[in-house]
Amino acid sequence: MKRGLKGDGWDGGDGSSTSGGPPAESCKRARPLEDDELEEDVAYSWGCLPQEILLHIFQHLPLLDRAYASQVCRSWNQAFHMPELWRFFDFELNQPASSYLKATHPDLIKQIIKRHSKHLQYVSFKVDSSTESAEAACDILSQLVNCSLKTLGLISTARPSFMELPKSHFISALTVVFVNSKSLSSLKIDDTPVDDPSLKVLVANNSDTLKLLKMSSCPHVSPAGILCVADQCHGLRELALNYHLLSDELLLALSSEKHVHLEHLRIDVVSENPGQTHFHAIDKSSWDALVRHSPKFNLVMYFFLYDDEFGPFFRHEIPVTHLYFGRSVSKDVLGRVGMTCPRLVELVVCANGLRPLDEELIRIAERCKQLSAVGLGECEVSCSAFVEFVKMCGGRLSQLSIMEEVLIPDHRYGPDEIHWEVSKHLGRVWFPDMMPTW
Amino acid sequence: MILKSEHYAALAGSANVGVNKWRFLLESLEDLDTSLRKLDSRLFVVRGQPAEVFPRLFKEWNVTRLTFEYDSEPYGRERDAAIVKMAQEFGVETRVNNSHTLYSLDRIIELNNNSPPLTFKRFQALVNRLGLPKRPLATVTKQQLDSCRTDISDNHNERYGVPSLEELGFKTHGLSPALWKGGESEALDRLNKHLDRKAWVANFERLRINICSLIASPTGLSPYLRFGCLSCRLFYYDLRELYMKMRRHSSPPLSLFGQLLWREFFYTAATNNPNFDRMEGNPICVQIPWDHNPEALAKWAEGRTGFPWIDAIMTQLRQEGWIHHLARHAVACFLTRGDLWLSWESGMRVFEELLLDADYSVNAGSWMWLSCSAFFQQFFHCYCPVGFGRRTDPSGDYIRRYIPKLKDYPNRYIYEPWNAPESVQKAANCVVGVDYPKPMINHAEGSRLNIERMKQVYQQLSRYKGLSLLATVPSIQEEAEPPMIDESKAHSSSGLCIVRRGPGRPSCREQRHAPSPRSSAPVPPPQKRARETNSSTR
Repeated sequence: MKRGLKGDGWDGGDGSSTSGGPPAESCKRARPLEDDELEEDVAYSWGCLPQEILLHIFQHLPLLDRAYASQVCRSWNQAFHMPELWRFFDFELNQPASSYLKATHPDLIKQIIKRHSKHLQYVSFKVDSSTESAEAACDILSQLVNCSLKTLGLISTARPSFMELPKSHFISALTVVFVNSKSLSSLKIDDTPVDDPSLKVLVANNSDTLKLLKMSSCPHVSPAGILCVADQCHGLRELALNYHLLSDELLLALSSEKHVHLEHLRIDVVSENPGQTHFHAIDKSSWDALVRHSPKFNLVMYFFLYDDEFGPFFRHEIPVTHLYFGRSVSKDVLGRVGMTCPRLVELVVCANGLRPLDEELIRIAERCKQLSAVGLGECEVSCSAFVEFVKMCGGRLSQLSIMEEVLIPDHRYGPDEIHWEVSKHLGRVWFPDMMPTW
Repeated sequence: MILKSEHYAALAGSANVGVNKWRFLLESLEDLDTSLRKLDSRLFVVRGQPAEVFPRLFKEWNVTRLTFEYDSEPYGRERDAAIVKMAQEFGVETRVNNSHTLYSLDRIIELNNNSPPLTFKRFQALVNRLGLPKRPLATVTKQQLDSCRTDISDNHNERYGVPSLEELGFKTHGLSPALWKGGESEALDRLNKHLDRKAWVANFERLRINICSLIASPTGLSPYLRFGCLSCRLFYYDLRELYMKMRRHSSPPLSLFGQLLWREFFYTAATNNPNFDRMEGNPICVQIPWDHNPEALAKWAEGRTGFPWIDAIMTQLRQEGWIHHLARHAVACFLTRGDLWLSWESGMRVFEELLLDADYSVNAGSWMWLSCSAFFQQFFHCYCPVGFGRRTDPSGDYIRRYIPKLKDYPNRYIYEPWNAPESVQKAANCVVGVDYPKPMINHAEGSRLNIERMKQVYQQLSRYKGLSLLATVPSIQEEAEPPMIDESKAHSSSGLCIVRRGPGRPSCREQRHAPSPRSSAPVPPPQKRARETNSSTR
């Protein structure tokens, strides 16, 4: 459907209030009954559908279709504005110069703020890489005074444009939500200029309800800032942050008796400049405390480091469950992973050097008994070692991804045979990943 | 051969964009003309639009039969349907034969529950069931042409000769000689050398990439397959016969025909999908919120990214018209999901202009594949523009060859000159930021952001769950089932969803592609084609 609604198409119509009231017109038959007709044979006007039914139907329609439906008659227009239909909203803020995607119509945004901001509960802002989009998002945020949001997500779909805004501008907009919502349960603010004071405001107003906080790559937050959150928000179940915010105190705070069980902890370990970032160590005892407190928690770690920056890592046991290496990682480090990650469930390696990872993979198969998903990018592995690895892991490997071109044929297996061997040990048909050659 | 006038308009003054492609095509036409001359015939190149040209020629030449090769690409099918209709109106019989692909693509689709296979393994399984493709026919003989002689006028060259590059608006002064010479003669010569090399190496496996593979191969065949200079069936059977000769008649594995089958795979995926070369409205393409940044795109296209590995590849592409497939992976990843987060469609258009073997189906399909937009690709691995280059060619000679400015850099820094100390840069007479661009992006930061973006997109798809970075790929058995619809929640205002439906509706589009020498020559088919059916091969 290529037609679009004109600006005033988004107008609510007669501006009447939305929820609850009786339908504006009484239910009329389309025409009077003939002498021998039964009432049930005569068609009733569509406008007579009860609001609950309309609500149910509208909930299945995409927004644009719903909007067209709302232009049909007063009763349908009222249904369009029922609060239940305005609990969820994704604001898509894109500029044609920087994105191929369509943006939420500005008039619709005005309407929502005017008539539905008090109904909004689960909101996200998807912005493209232009500063205007980020500004527009802040503009909307500052107007959400009557809102009691449960979920808020600020998502950059391309380059993080929130980071280009003046920090104070962003913070004041965000604080409006923190102060007014008071029952925020889920907050995603990765790649934004959020800072320690604003986190304090968040905590002051939402400590009882906050369950999820994602704030990877927020450079203005300090370890003390996040510690404040952990200390006060005892219901926190999911947390995502960068390694520089991690501290022994934080882990202990998350393990305190008052704290609920942690479900996910995601840590991004990112190098700013090669060889210039120093990564502090975390005590094994802090990790142990967290495992004792929350035995089932998932520790997801994403590493974007240069080869020679892995010094402080994998020196002692760490309860990581999902491990991702976004850059080349050496054989040595992967060897250490085998020795120190007994809880490992998923291992994904983007690239490795030029030497095959045979021994390291075998060790991981031996020691990581929970391993069920493996993804190997540009990592060379000999076919025999790979088969041995799969044999040791057996059917528990529900996901196995390796590129065909990195499997090195040897005296025992060639590229055509390997998939049979691996399929045999996995108990299902398996093929390596292929890349088109033309 | 019909050359449309709008091509002139598009090319004039466009700084020799696509010159290699056009030169290849013109050379192919010259070669065809030369071969026909040996049989006392000629090639007629007619300028104009088919809608205007055909009616005129039908009358002028008293045409009774029109034959052409079946074009499976969605635009081609529409164009050809119109031509067939026009011919019918003039009482001209049309014969369309399928020779650009190994098999009848419709047959493959039919075998797969009327839906093109979306994994290569599934495709191979189907092809296995089809058995061997039809054998290639022998070349046209003088006797066959005797039955349809046309008078060649004295001014044939002016009226119907192959145009020159200048005539199409290209500047040829200072143009370097073509590394890839167009034409069937060259194609057959290369085919023989290709087979000789395989026989000599006695090894039919894929060789590991090294500096030699990166440089244009004298036995490379992909442009010739694209332009129709080489029959894919001839290539298939010659390979097969060589293998059986050397391996004592054992049947070759499907992997021997990798190059041909990949081509066939993309052709099959594209034929019923008129939106195959775009993201919007394309049922097999994941809707990804790519960034729109013409400046960044230009730097990539012109080899000015500041990453020597990427720049060398794009330079080779622009100069010669061919790059190794791993080089393609590197630059495609860099443009899309790896670093710049720009749309694969823009990359596809650049390749369309510069890459000799980029036809509609293979080019669009490969770009979708490499950008993880379709065909169930894992997005976790990303080619590092420094590391991948270094692993592929540790000597750095490839960089030195295509970016001579960097030739005096030591191997340690040639892939990342911005990290070299000032003294090294000065000694090499090439200072980053002055003589060679600074890197246009911080790769670590870019790839970190992008993996998050990809994850956000994929999390909306049902086959991808939760924490894992690995998307599940349907098994061969699963793919055998009819496609499913997978829509986003109705309450969301966003349109991010992947919907897999059957064949799309045809739509009208203007031509963007070079006409190939294989179409529209009014030559009656030789007697030997009695086995082919009269109707088109649908």
